[in-house]
Amino acid sequence: MTTDTGTAAAAPVPALPRYLVRQRVTLAGVLRSEWTKLRSLRSTVWSLSAAVVLIVGVGALVASVRRGPARPTGFDPTAISLTGVYLAQLAVGVLGVLLVTGEYATGMIRTSLAAVPRRLPVLWAKAAVFALTTTALCLPATVAAFLLGQSVLSAQHLGTTLGHPGAARAVLGGALFLTAVGLLGLGLGALLRNTAGAVSALFGLLFVLPITVGFLPGDWSEQLNKYLPMAAGTAITDVLPDPTALGPWSGLGLCFLYPAAALGLAARQLRRRDA
Amino acid sequence: MIEVRGLTKHYGDRVAVDDLSFTVRPGMVTGFLGPNGAGKSTTMRLILGLDAPTRGSVTVNGKPYREHSAPLHEVGAMLEARSVHTGRSAYHHLLALAQTSGIRRSRVDEVIDAVGLRAVARRRAGGFSLGMGQRLGIAAALLGDPRTVILDEPVNGLDPEGIRWIRTLLQSLAAEGRTVFVSSHLMSEMALTAQHLVVIGRGRLIADTGMQEFLARDARPVVRVRSTGPDALAALLRSPGVAVERAEGGALQVSGLTTDQIGRVAGEAGLVLLELTAQQASLEEVFMELTQDAVEYRASATTGAAR
Repeated sequence: MTTDTGTAAAAPVPALPRYLVRQRVTLAGVLRSEWTKLRSLRSTVWSLSAAVVLIVGVGALVASVRRGPARPTGFDPTAISLTGVYLAQLAVGVLGVLLVTGEYATGMIRTSLAAVPRRLPVLWAKAAVFALTTTALCLPATVAAFLLGQSVLSAQHLGTTLGHPGAARAVLGGALFLTAVGLLGLGLGALLRNTAGAVSALFGLLFVLPITVGFLPGDWSEQLNKYLPMAAGTAITDVLPDPTALGPWSGLGLCFLYPAAALGLAARQLRRRDA
Repeated sequence: MIEVRGLTKHYGDRVAVDDLSFTVRPGMVTGFLGPNGAGKSTTMRLILGLDAPTRGSVTVNGKPYREHSAPLHEVGAMLEARSVHTGRSAYHHLLALAQTSGIRRSRVDEVIDAVGLRAVARRRAGGFSLGMGQRLGIAAALLGDPRTVILDEPVNGLDPEGIRWIRTLLQSLAAEGRTVFVSSHLMSEMALTAQHLVVIGRGRLIADTGMQEFLARDARPVVRVRSTGPDALAALLRSPGVAVERAEGGALQVSGLTTDQIGRVAGEAGLVLLELTAQQASLEEVFMELTQDAVEYRASATTGAAR
Protein backbone atom coordinates (compact mmCIF):
# COMPACT_ATOMS: atom_id res chain seq x y z
CA MET A 1 0.00 0.00 0.00
CA THR A 2 2.96 2.32 0.38
CA THR A 3 3.46 2.77 -3.32
CA ASP A 4 5.27 5.85 -4.54
CA THR A 5 3.40 9.09 -4.09
CA GLY A 6 3.63 10.02 -7.75
CA THR A 7 0.32 8.46 -8.73
CA ALA A 8 -1.40 9.55 -5.54
CA ALA A 9 -0.26 13.14 -5.94
CA ALA A 10 -1.58 13.19 -9.50
CA ALA A 11 -5.12 12.51 -8.31
CA PRO A 12 -6.96 15.74 -7.51
CA VAL A 13 -9.30 14.03 -5.01
CA PRO A 14 -9.02 13.17 -2.14
CA ALA A 15 -7.09 15.93 -0.52
CA LEU A 16 -6.59 13.50 2.32
CA PRO A 17 -3.05 13.20 3.70
CA ARG A 18 -1.62 9.80 4.56
CA TYR A 19 -1.76 8.69 8.20
CA LEU A 20 0.97 6.23 8.85
CA VAL A 21 0.92 5.98 12.64
CA ARG A 22 -0.20 2.48 13.60
CA GLN A 23 -1.47 1.84 17.10
CA ARG A 24 -3.19 -1.19 18.52
CA VAL A 25 -6.65 -1.07 20.00
CA THR A 26 -6.14 -0.67 23.75
CA LEU A 27 -8.56 -0.74 26.67
CA ALA A 28 -7.53 2.86 27.45
CA GLY A 29 -8.49 3.84 23.92
CA VAL A 30 -11.83 2.07 24.15
CA LEU A 31 -12.49 3.80 27.50
CA ARG A 32 -11.81 7.20 25.91
CA SER A 33 -14.07 6.25 23.02
CA GLU A 34 -16.92 5.24 25.31
CA TRP A 35 -16.53 8.46 27.30
CA THR A 36 -16.84 10.44 24.05
CA LYS A 37 -19.92 8.41 23.12
CA LEU A 38 -21.51 8.91 26.54
CA ARG A 39 -21.04 12.66 26.71
CA SER A 40 -22.02 13.36 23.11
CA LEU A 41 -25.62 12.16 23.40
CA ARG A 42 -28.41 14.41 24.56
CA SER A 43 -30.21 11.51 26.25
CA THR A 44 -27.23 11.15 28.62
CA VAL A 45 -27.26 14.80 29.56
CA TRP A 46 -31.02 14.84 30.07
CA SER A 47 -31.26 11.58 32.01
CA LEU A 48 -28.42 12.36 34.37
CA SER A 49 -29.66 15.93 34.92
CA ALA A 50 -33.09 14.50 35.68
CA ALA A 51 -31.57 12.07 38.16
CA VAL A 52 -29.72 14.85 39.99
CA VAL A 53 -32.79 17.10 40.07
CA LEU A 54 -34.96 14.24 41.37
CA ILE A 55 -32.49 13.26 44.09
CA VAL A 56 -32.18 16.79 45.43
CA GLY A 57 -35.68 18.09 44.68
CA VAL A 58 -37.73 15.15 45.93
CA GLY A 59 -35.62 14.86 49.08
CA ALA A 60 -36.19 18.51 49.92
CA LEU A 61 -39.89 18.26 49.06
CA VAL A 62 -40.53 15.21 51.26
CA ALA A 63 -38.54 16.78 54.10
CA SER A 64 -40.55 19.98 53.89
CA VAL A 65 -43.97 18.31 54.01
CA ARG A 66 -42.93 16.29 57.06
CA ARG A 67 -44.85 17.73 60.00
CA GLY A 68 -44.79 16.63 63.60
CA PRO A 69 -44.30 18.15 66.97
CA ALA A 70 -41.92 15.53 68.27
CA ARG A 71 -39.58 12.94 66.89
CA PRO A 72 -41.62 9.75 66.58
CA THR A 73 -39.95 6.41 67.09
CA GLY A 74 -38.68 4.93 63.86
CA PHE A 75 -38.27 8.41 62.35
CA ASP A 76 -35.21 8.39 60.06
CA PRO A 77 -34.32 11.91 58.86
CA THR A 78 -31.49 10.60 56.65
CA ALA A 79 -33.77 8.19 54.79
CA ILE A 80 -36.33 10.97 54.30
CA SER A 81 -33.81 13.29 52.68
CA LEU A 82 -32.76 10.48 50.32
CA THR A 83 -36.30 9.64 49.11
CA GLY A 84 -35.42 11.04 45.67
CA VAL A 85 -33.11 8.11 45.06
CA TYR A 86 -36.16 5.91 44.50
CA LEU A 87 -37.34 8.10 41.63
CA ALA A 88 -33.89 8.79 40.23
CA GLN A 89 -33.37 5.07 39.67
CA LEU A 90 -35.89 5.28 36.80
CA ALA A 91 -33.79 7.85 34.95
CA VAL A 92 -30.47 6.14 35.62
CA GLY A 93 -31.74 2.63 34.85
CA VAL A 94 -33.40 3.62 31.58
CA LEU A 95 -30.28 5.51 30.52
CA GLY A 96 -28.23 2.37 31.17
CA VAL A 97 -30.55 0.43 28.88
CA LEU A 98 -30.46 3.08 26.14
CA LEU A 99 -26.67 3.29 26.08
CA VAL A 100 -26.59 -0.20 24.63
CA THR A 101 -29.94 -0.65 22.89
CA GLY A 102 -29.50 2.73 21.19
CA GLU A 103 -26.47 1.27 19.43
CA TYR A 104 -28.41 -1.78 18.29
CA ALA A 105 -31.41 0.27 17.15
CA THR A 106 -29.32 2.66 15.04
CA GLY A 107 -26.81 0.12 13.72
CA MET A 108 -23.98 1.94 15.54
CA ILE A 109 -23.10 -1.39 17.18
CA ARG A 110 -21.67 -2.63 13.85
CA THR A 111 -19.31 0.35 13.76
CA SER A 112 -18.36 -0.19 17.41
CA LEU A 113 -17.65 -3.90 17.02
CA ALA A 114 -15.81 -3.51 13.72
CA ALA A 115 -13.49 -1.03 15.44
CA VAL A 116 -12.95 -3.38 18.40
CA PRO A 117 -13.29 -6.86 16.92
CA ARG A 118 -12.52 -8.58 20.22
CA ARG A 119 -15.81 -7.06 21.31
CA LEU A 120 -15.68 -7.53 25.10
CA PRO A 121 -13.63 -4.36 25.75
CA VAL A 122 -16.60 -2.39 24.34
CA LEU A 123 -18.94 -3.83 26.97
CA TRP A 124 -16.51 -3.46 29.88
CA ALA A 125 -15.53 0.08 28.89
CA LYS A 126 -19.15 1.11 28.47
CA ALA A 127 -20.00 -0.27 31.93
CA ALA A 128 -16.95 1.30 33.60
CA VAL A 129 -17.45 4.75 32.07
CA PHE A 130 -21.15 4.78 32.88
CA ALA A 131 -20.61 3.55 36.45
CA LEU A 132 -17.96 6.19 37.17
CA THR A 133 -20.02 8.98 35.61
CA THR A 134 -23.15 7.98 37.52
CA THR A 135 -21.33 7.79 40.84
CA ALA A 136 -19.53 11.07 40.20
CA LEU A 137 -22.82 12.88 39.58
CA CYS A 138 -25.09 11.10 42.05
CA LEU A 139 -22.80 11.31 45.05
CA PRO A 140 -22.73 15.13 45.13
CA ALA A 141 -26.49 14.98 44.55
CA THR A 142 -27.15 12.70 47.54
CA VAL A 143 -24.86 14.87 49.69
CA ALA A 144 -26.78 17.96 48.57
CA ALA A 145 -30.11 16.22 49.17
CA PHE A 146 -29.01 15.23 52.66
CA LEU A 147 -27.80 18.71 53.59
CA LEU A 148 -30.83 20.43 52.10
CA GLY A 149 -33.23 17.94 53.67
CA GLN A 150 -31.62 18.27 57.09
CA SER A 151 -31.69 22.04 56.94
CA VAL A 152 -35.44 21.85 56.27
CA LEU A 153 -36.02 19.25 58.98
CA SER A 154 -33.86 21.04 61.54
CA ALA A 155 -36.34 23.92 61.47
CA GLN A 156 -38.57 21.46 63.30
CA HIS A 157 -35.63 20.08 65.28
CA LEU A 158 -35.93 16.78 63.42
CA GLY A 159 -32.66 16.99 61.49
CA THR A 160 -29.45 15.07 61.82
CA THR A 161 -25.85 15.54 60.63
CA LEU A 162 -23.39 13.70 58.40
CA GLY A 163 -21.40 12.95 61.52
CA HIS A 164 -24.27 10.91 62.93
CA PRO A 165 -23.47 7.18 62.84
CA GLY A 166 -24.65 5.65 59.58
CA ALA A 167 -25.59 8.95 57.92
CA ALA A 168 -22.50 9.28 55.73
CA ARG A 169 -22.76 5.61 54.82
CA ALA A 170 -26.37 6.10 53.75
CA VAL A 171 -25.51 9.13 51.60
CA LEU A 172 -22.68 7.28 49.87
CA GLY A 173 -24.78 4.13 49.60
CA GLY A 174 -27.66 5.96 47.92
CA ALA A 175 -25.32 7.04 45.11
CA LEU A 176 -23.84 3.55 44.80
CA PHE A 177 -27.30 1.98 44.68
CA LEU A 178 -28.09 4.21 41.69
CA THR A 179 -24.88 3.08 40.03
CA ALA A 180 -25.95 -0.55 40.52
CA VAL A 181 -29.34 0.18 38.94
CA GLY A 182 -27.66 1.92 36.01
CA LEU A 183 -25.40 -1.07 35.47
CA LEU A 184 -28.37 -3.43 35.74
CA GLY A 185 -30.08 -1.45 32.95
CA LEU A 186 -26.91 -1.55 30.86
CA GLY A 187 -26.49 -5.29 31.41
CA LEU A 188 -30.11 -6.03 30.53
CA GLY A 189 -29.83 -3.82 27.45
CA ALA A 190 -26.74 -5.72 26.31
CA LEU A 191 -28.43 -9.04 27.00
CA LEU A 192 -31.77 -8.29 25.31
CA ARG A 193 -30.55 -5.78 22.65
CA ASN A 194 -33.96 -4.18 22.56
CA THR A 195 -35.13 -1.06 24.39
CA ALA A 196 -38.69 -2.11 25.18
CA GLY A 197 -37.68 -5.57 26.35
CA ALA A 198 -34.81 -4.37 28.50
CA VAL A 199 -36.80 -1.54 30.12
CA SER A 200 -39.61 -4.00 30.90
CA ALA A 201 -37.15 -6.47 32.41
CA LEU A 202 -35.55 -3.71 34.47
CA PHE A 203 -38.87 -2.44 35.84
CA GLY A 204 -39.98 -6.02 36.39
CA LEU A 205 -36.95 -6.75 38.55
CA LEU A 206 -37.10 -3.47 40.45
CA PHE A 207 -40.81 -2.89 40.93
CA VAL A 208 -43.02 -5.78 39.81
CA LEU A 209 -41.10 -8.60 41.46
CA PRO A 210 -41.39 -7.07 44.98
CA ILE A 211 -45.17 -6.69 44.47
CA THR A 212 -45.46 -10.30 43.32
CA VAL A 213 -43.40 -11.50 46.25
CA GLY A 214 -45.67 -9.43 48.50
CA PHE A 215 -48.58 -11.73 47.64
CA LEU A 216 -46.79 -14.70 49.15
CA PRO A 217 -47.55 -15.71 52.74
CA GLY A 218 -46.09 -13.14 55.15
CA ASP A 219 -43.06 -15.05 56.29
CA TRP A 220 -41.98 -16.07 52.78
CA SER A 221 -42.59 -12.63 51.46
CA GLU A 222 -40.39 -11.07 54.12
CA GLN A 223 -37.65 -13.65 53.63
CA LEU A 224 -37.56 -13.30 49.84
CA ASN A 225 -38.07 -9.58 49.47
CA LYS A 226 -34.86 -8.57 51.19
CA TYR A 227 -32.85 -10.37 48.52
CA LEU A 228 -34.49 -8.51 45.63
CA PRO A 229 -32.36 -5.78 44.06
CA MET A 230 -34.24 -2.74 45.34
CA ALA A 231 -34.72 -3.91 48.93
CA ALA A 232 -31.15 -5.19 49.10
CA GLY A 233 -29.67 -2.05 47.58
CA THR A 234 -31.66 0.50 49.57
CA ALA A 235 -31.01 -1.14 52.94
CA ILE A 236 -27.90 1.02 53.08
CA THR A 237 -29.93 4.24 53.00
CA ASP A 238 -31.63 3.34 56.29
CA VAL A 239 -29.77 4.61 59.32
CA LEU A 240 -32.13 2.92 61.78
CA PRO A 241 -31.56 -0.82 61.74
CA ASP A 242 -34.37 -2.69 60.00
CA PRO A 243 -34.68 -6.28 61.24
CA THR A 244 -36.34 -7.43 57.99
CA ALA A 245 -33.52 -6.08 55.77
CA LEU A 246 -30.04 -7.29 55.00
CA GLY A 247 -27.07 -5.48 56.48
CA PRO A 248 -26.18 -2.23 54.66
CA TRP A 249 -23.03 -3.37 52.90
CA SER A 250 -24.02 -7.00 52.32
CA GLY A 251 -27.31 -5.74 50.87
CA LEU A 252 -25.52 -3.34 48.52
CA GLY A 253 -23.06 -6.07 47.58
CA LEU A 254 -25.95 -8.39 46.70
CA CYS A 255 -27.56 -5.59 44.71
CA PHE A 256 -24.39 -5.36 42.58
CA LEU A 257 -24.54 -9.10 41.88
CA TYR A 258 -27.66 -8.59 39.74
CA PRO A 259 -25.92 -6.32 37.19
CA ALA A 260 -22.82 -8.52 37.41
CA ALA A 261 -24.89 -11.53 36.38
CA ALA A 262 -26.62 -9.62 33.57
CA LEU A 263 -23.28 -8.29 32.27
CA GLY A 264 -21.70 -11.74 32.50
CA LEU A 265 -24.46 -13.32 30.44
CA ALA A 266 -24.37 -10.41 28.00
CA ALA A 267 -20.60 -10.83 27.58
CA ARG A 268 -20.97 -14.53 26.86
CA GLN A 269 -23.59 -13.75 24.26
CA LEU A 270 -21.67 -10.84 22.74
CA ARG A 271 -18.75 -13.12 21.96
CA ARG A 272 -20.91 -15.71 20.24
CA ARG A 273 -23.80 -14.02 18.56
CA ASP A 274 -23.86 -12.19 15.24
CA ALA A 275 -23.86 -8.43 15.62
CA MET B 1 -6.31 -8.52 -0.18
CA ILE B 2 -9.51 -10.29 0.79
CA GLU B 3 -9.65 -14.07 0.46
CA VAL B 4 -13.02 -15.75 0.71
CA ARG B 5 -12.94 -19.56 0.84
CA GLY B 6 -16.03 -21.75 0.83
CA LEU B 7 -17.92 -19.10 2.77
CA THR B 8 -21.40 -20.21 3.81
CA LYS B 9 -23.89 -18.49 6.08
CA HIS B 10 -27.27 -19.79 7.19
CA TYR B 11 -29.78 -17.69 9.10
CA GLY B 12 -32.09 -20.36 10.41
CA ASP B 13 -33.36 -22.17 7.32
CA ARG B 14 -32.38 -19.41 4.95
CA VAL B 15 -29.08 -19.75 3.10
CA ALA B 16 -27.76 -16.21 2.67
CA VAL B 17 -24.32 -17.10 1.35
CA ASP B 18 -23.63 -20.48 -0.24
CA ASP B 19 -20.09 -21.82 -0.65
CA LEU B 20 -18.65 -18.56 -1.91
CA SER B 21 -14.99 -18.36 -2.93
CA PHE B 22 -13.20 -15.41 -4.48
CA THR B 23 -10.19 -13.17 -4.00
CA VAL B 24 -10.15 -9.39 -4.00
CA ARG B 25 -6.71 -8.16 -5.05
CA PRO B 26 -4.91 -4.93 -4.22
CA GLY B 27 -4.23 -2.19 -6.73
CA MET B 28 -7.60 -2.15 -8.43
CA VAL B 29 -11.25 -1.48 -7.79
CA THR B 30 -13.27 -4.68 -7.50
CA GLY B 31 -16.99 -4.29 -7.98
CA PHE B 32 -19.36 -6.54 -6.05
CA LEU B 33 -22.59 -7.01 -7.97
CA GLY B 34 -25.77 -8.93 -7.36
CA PRO B 35 -29.51 -8.39 -7.21
CA ASN B 36 -31.12 -7.33 -3.95
CA GLY B 37 -31.00 -10.17 -1.44
CA ALA B 38 -28.11 -11.85 -3.26
CA GLY B 39 -26.01 -11.83 -0.08
CA LYS B 40 -23.71 -8.85 -0.73
CA SER B 41 -24.24 -7.19 2.66
CA THR B 42 -24.04 -10.54 4.45
CA THR B 43 -20.71 -11.26 2.75
CA MET B 44 -19.39 -7.87 3.87
CA ARG B 45 -20.51 -8.50 7.46
CA LEU B 46 -18.74 -11.88 7.35
CA ILE B 47 -15.57 -10.25 6.07
CA LEU B 48 -15.62 -7.86 9.04
CA GLY B 49 -16.27 -10.62 11.57
CA LEU B 50 -19.60 -9.08 12.56
CA ASP B 51 -21.35 -12.34 11.73
CA ALA B 52 -19.70 -15.73 12.10
CA PRO B 53 -19.73 -18.02 9.04
CA THR B 54 -21.61 -21.32 9.23
CA ARG B 55 -18.80 -22.86 7.18
CA GLY B 56 -15.75 -21.64 5.35
CA SER B 57 -13.40 -18.79 6.12
CA VAL B 58 -12.48 -15.29 5.11
CA THR B 59 -9.24 -13.43 5.69
CA VAL B 60 -8.32 -9.79 5.19
CA ASN B 61 -4.67 -8.94 4.59
CA GLY B 62 -3.76 -12.48 5.56
CA LYS B 63 -5.69 -12.87 8.83
CA PRO B 64 -9.27 -13.25 9.98
CA TYR B 65 -10.49 -9.72 10.69
CA ARG B 66 -11.03 -10.41 14.39
CA GLU B 67 -7.34 -11.25 14.83
CA HIS B 68 -6.06 -7.86 13.67
CA SER B 69 -4.75 -5.81 16.56
CA ALA B 70 -5.14 -2.51 14.68
CA PRO B 71 -8.27 -3.17 12.59
CA LEU B 72 -8.98 0.41 11.52
CA HIS B 73 -5.60 0.54 9.81
CA GLU B 74 -6.17 -2.75 8.03
CA VAL B 75 -9.74 -2.32 6.85
CA GLY B 76 -11.85 0.79 6.45
CA ALA B 77 -15.45 -0.18 6.02
CA MET B 78 -18.67 1.55 5.25
CA LEU B 79 -21.46 -0.92 5.86
CA GLU B 80 -25.08 0.07 5.39
CA ALA B 81 -25.26 3.84 5.85
CA ARG B 82 -27.24 3.34 9.04
CA SER B 83 -24.30 2.28 11.16
CA VAL B 84 -24.21 5.60 12.98
CA HIS B 85 -26.01 6.68 16.15
CA THR B 86 -28.56 9.23 14.97
CA GLY B 87 -28.24 11.31 18.13
CA ARG B 88 -24.53 11.95 17.82
CA SER B 89 -22.75 14.57 15.72
CA ALA B 90 -20.57 13.51 12.80
CA TYR B 91 -17.53 14.87 14.64
CA HIS B 92 -18.16 12.89 17.82
CA HIS B 93 -18.99 9.75 15.86
CA LEU B 94 -15.62 9.93 14.10
CA LEU B 95 -13.79 10.96 17.27
CA ALA B 96 -15.16 7.99 19.24
CA LEU B 97 -14.16 5.68 16.42
CA ALA B 98 -10.67 7.22 16.20
CA GLN B 99 -10.04 6.98 19.94
CA THR B 100 -10.37 3.18 19.99
CA SER B 101 -7.17 2.98 17.95
CA GLY B 102 -5.40 6.01 19.37
CA ILE B 103 -5.89 8.01 16.17
CA ARG B 104 -5.24 11.73 16.66
CA ARG B 105 -7.99 14.36 16.68
CA SER B 106 -6.30 16.19 13.83
CA ARG B 107 -6.93 13.13 11.64
CA VAL B 108 -10.65 13.39 12.41
CA ASP B 109 -10.58 16.96 11.10
CA GLU B 110 -8.67 15.84 8.02
CA VAL B 111 -11.22 13.21 7.01
CA ILE B 112 -14.11 15.60 7.71
CA ASP B 113 -12.53 18.12 5.31
CA ALA B 114 -11.74 15.47 2.72
CA VAL B 115 -15.37 14.33 2.45
CA GLY B 116 -16.73 17.87 2.57
CA LEU B 117 -18.68 17.66 5.86
CA ARG B 118 -16.95 20.54 7.63
CA ALA B 119 -20.05 22.76 7.69
CA VAL B 120 -22.29 20.11 9.28
CA ALA B 121 -19.76 18.20 11.40
CA ARG B 122 -21.29 19.39 14.67
CA ARG B 123 -24.87 18.57 13.67
CA ARG B 124 -26.66 15.38 14.70
CA ALA B 125 -26.14 12.63 12.13
CA GLY B 126 -29.85 11.75 12.37
CA GLY B 127 -30.66 14.95 10.45
CA PHE B 128 -28.29 14.17 7.59
CA SER B 129 -29.48 13.60 4.04
CA LEU B 130 -28.71 10.24 2.45
CA GLY B 131 -25.76 11.77 0.62
CA MET B 132 -24.32 13.37 3.76
CA GLY B 133 -24.70 10.04 5.56
CA GLN B 134 -22.72 8.35 2.77
CA ARG B 135 -19.96 10.93 3.10
CA LEU B 136 -19.84 10.33 6.85
CA GLY B 137 -19.55 6.58 6.24
CA ILE B 138 -16.71 7.15 3.81
CA ALA B 139 -14.97 9.47 6.29
CA ALA B 140 -15.15 6.68 8.88
CA ALA B 141 -13.74 4.19 6.39
CA LEU B 142 -10.75 6.43 5.59
CA LEU B 143 -9.97 7.38 9.19
CA GLY B 144 -7.21 4.81 9.73
CA ASP B 145 -5.64 5.16 6.25
CA PRO B 146 -6.44 1.46 5.73
CA ARG B 147 -4.81 -1.02 3.34
CA THR B 148 -8.20 -2.39 2.40
CA VAL B 149 -11.36 -0.36 1.81
CA ILE B 150 -14.81 -1.98 1.79
CA LEU B 151 -17.81 0.12 0.82
CA ASP B 152 -21.41 -1.07 0.64
CA GLU B 153 -23.39 0.90 -1.97
CA PRO B 154 -21.34 4.10 -1.62
CA VAL B 155 -23.01 6.05 -4.42
CA ASN B 156 -26.52 5.54 -3.06
CA GLY B 157 -28.15 8.92 -2.63
CA LEU B 158 -25.27 10.95 -4.02
CA ASP B 159 -25.79 13.68 -6.59
CA PRO B 160 -23.89 13.50 -9.91
CA GLU B 161 -21.04 15.53 -8.49
CA GLY B 162 -20.84 13.20 -5.50
CA ILE B 163 -20.86 10.16 -7.75
CA ARG B 164 -17.97 11.57 -9.77
CA TRP B 165 -16.14 12.31 -6.52
CA ILE B 166 -16.55 8.69 -5.33
CA ARG B 167 -15.35 7.36 -8.68
CA THR B 168 -12.17 9.45 -8.54
CA LEU B 169 -11.68 8.60 -4.89
CA LEU B 170 -11.97 4.85 -5.42
CA GLN B 171 -9.60 4.91 -8.37
CA SER B 172 -7.00 6.95 -6.52
CA LEU B 173 -7.25 4.62 -3.50
CA ALA B 174 -6.63 1.67 -5.81
CA ALA B 175 -3.79 3.51 -7.54
CA GLU B 176 -2.12 3.86 -4.14
CA GLY B 177 -2.01 0.07 -4.04
CA ARG B 178 -4.95 -0.52 -1.74
CA THR B 179 -7.52 -3.24 -2.03
CA VAL B 180 -10.86 -1.61 -2.90
CA PHE B 181 -14.05 -3.68 -2.71
CA VAL B 182 -17.26 -1.87 -3.57
CA SER B 183 -20.79 -3.17 -3.86
CA SER B 184 -23.35 -1.45 -6.01
CA HIS B 185 -26.57 -2.14 -7.81
CA LEU B 186 -25.76 0.65 -10.28
CA MET B 187 -24.21 -1.40 -13.06
CA SER B 188 -23.43 1.61 -15.23
CA GLU B 189 -21.45 3.15 -12.37
CA MET B 190 -19.47 -0.07 -11.90
CA ALA B 191 -18.63 -0.14 -15.61
CA LEU B 192 -16.90 3.22 -15.17
CA THR B 193 -15.21 2.49 -11.86
CA ALA B 194 -14.26 -1.15 -11.47
CA GLN B 195 -11.54 -3.15 -13.19
CA HIS B 196 -12.62 -6.45 -11.72
CA LEU B 197 -16.04 -7.89 -10.90
CA VAL B 198 -17.39 -10.39 -8.42
CA VAL B 199 -21.00 -11.21 -9.24
CA ILE B 200 -23.24 -13.21 -6.94
CA GLY B 201 -26.86 -14.32 -7.12
CA ARG B 202 -28.79 -16.07 -4.36
CA GLY B 203 -25.64 -16.32 -2.30
CA ARG B 204 -23.67 -18.19 -4.99
CA LEU B 205 -20.79 -17.00 -7.11
CA ILE B 206 -21.81 -16.25 -10.69
CA ALA B 207 -18.67 -14.59 -11.98
CA ASP B 208 -15.24 -13.56 -10.72
CA THR B 209 -13.62 -11.91 -13.70
CA GLY B 210 -12.10 -8.83 -15.25
CA MET B 211 -14.53 -6.19 -16.47
CA GLN B 212 -13.59 -6.66 -20.15
CA GLU B 213 -13.93 -10.45 -20.01
CA PHE B 214 -17.26 -10.04 -18.29
CA LEU B 215 -18.62 -7.81 -21.04
CA ALA B 216 -17.27 -10.14 -23.73
CA ARG B 217 -19.36 -12.96 -22.30
CA ASP B 218 -22.35 -11.72 -24.22
CA ALA B 219 -23.15 -14.76 -26.35
CA ARG B 220 -25.03 -12.95 -29.11
CA PRO B 221 -23.31 -9.73 -30.13
CA VAL B 222 -25.67 -7.31 -31.81
CA VAL B 223 -24.82 -5.26 -34.89
CA ARG B 224 -26.70 -2.06 -35.58
CA VAL B 225 -27.05 -1.29 -39.27
CA ARG B 226 -28.70 1.53 -41.20
CA SER B 227 -28.90 1.48 -44.96
CA THR B 228 -30.76 3.06 -47.85
CA GLY B 229 -32.96 -0.07 -48.18
CA PRO B 230 -33.68 -1.48 -44.74
CA ASP B 231 -36.51 -3.78 -45.87
CA ALA B 232 -34.43 -5.29 -48.67
CA LEU B 233 -31.43 -5.72 -46.37
CA ALA B 234 -33.57 -7.36 -43.67
CA ALA B 235 -34.89 -9.84 -46.21
CA LEU B 236 -31.38 -10.67 -47.41
CA LEU B 237 -29.99 -11.13 -43.91
CA ARG B 238 -32.71 -13.33 -42.46
CA SER B 239 -31.64 -16.95 -42.25
CA PRO B 240 -31.57 -19.71 -39.62
CA GLY B 241 -29.56 -18.55 -36.62
CA VAL B 242 -29.85 -14.90 -37.52
CA ALA B 243 -32.33 -12.53 -35.88
CA VAL B 244 -33.19 -9.18 -37.40
CA GLU B 245 -35.19 -6.62 -35.50
CA ARG B 246 -36.44 -3.21 -36.45
CA ALA B 247 -35.10 -0.31 -34.41
CA GLU B 248 -36.02 3.37 -34.47
CA GLY B 249 -34.87 5.57 -37.38
CA GLY B 250 -34.99 2.75 -39.90
CA ALA B 251 -32.11 0.92 -38.25
CA LEU B 252 -31.86 -2.87 -37.91
CA GLN B 253 -30.54 -4.80 -34.94
CA VAL B 254 -28.93 -7.92 -36.26
CA SER B 255 -27.66 -10.76 -34.16
CA GLY B 256 -25.91 -13.90 -35.43
CA LEU B 257 -23.76 -12.12 -38.04
CA THR B 258 -20.53 -10.11 -37.85
CA THR B 259 -20.10 -6.63 -39.28
CA ASP B 260 -17.92 -8.13 -42.05
CA GLN B 261 -20.64 -10.54 -43.13
CA ILE B 262 -23.33 -7.86 -43.14
CA GLY B 263 -21.13 -5.45 -45.05
CA ARG B 264 -20.50 -8.02 -47.83
CA VAL B 265 -24.20 -8.91 -48.14
CA ALA B 266 -25.08 -5.23 -48.51
CA GLY B 267 -22.29 -4.62 -51.02
CA GLU B 268 -23.31 -7.53 -53.21
CA ALA B 269 -26.91 -6.22 -53.25
CA GLY B 270 -25.74 -2.70 -54.04
CA LEU B 271 -27.21 -1.21 -50.88
CA VAL B 272 -25.52 1.84 -49.38
CA LEU B 273 -24.62 1.45 -45.72
CA LEU B 274 -25.10 4.55 -43.56
CA GLU B 275 -24.07 2.92 -40.30
CA LEU B 276 -22.57 -0.42 -39.30
CA THR B 277 -21.77 -0.77 -35.59
CA ALA B 278 -20.95 -3.78 -33.45
CA GLN B 279 -22.70 -3.11 -30.18
CA GLN B 280 -21.15 -4.35 -27.00
CA ALA B 281 -23.68 -5.48 -24.46
CA SER B 282 -23.91 -3.16 -21.50
CA LEU B 283 -22.83 -4.43 -18.13
CA GLU B 284 -26.46 -4.23 -17.13
CA GLU B 285 -27.55 -6.60 -19.90
CA VAL B 286 -24.89 -9.20 -19.15
CA PHE B 287 -25.66 -8.92 -15.48
CA MET B 288 -29.40 -9.38 -15.97
CA GLU B 289 -28.82 -12.37 -18.20
CA LEU B 290 -26.51 -14.05 -15.71
CA THR B 291 -28.49 -13.37 -12.58
CA GLN B 292 -31.73 -14.32 -14.30
CA ASP B 293 -30.30 -17.82 -14.72
CA ALA B 294 -29.33 -17.94 -11.08
CA VAL B 295 -32.82 -16.98 -9.99
CA GLU B 296 -34.47 -19.52 -12.31
CA TYR B 297 -32.13 -22.30 -11.31
CA ARG B 298 -32.86 -21.57 -7.71
CA ALA B 299 -36.62 -21.40 -8.20
CA SER B 300 -36.78 -24.78 -9.95
CA ALA B 301 -34.45 -26.33 -7.37
CA THR B 302 -36.76 -25.20 -4.57
CA THR B 303 -39.82 -26.59 -6.34
CA GLY B 304 -38.02 -29.89 -6.78
CA ALA B 305 -37.14 -30.03 -3.12
CA ALA B 306 -40.71 -29.25 -2.11
CA ARG B 307 -42.10 -32.26 -3.89
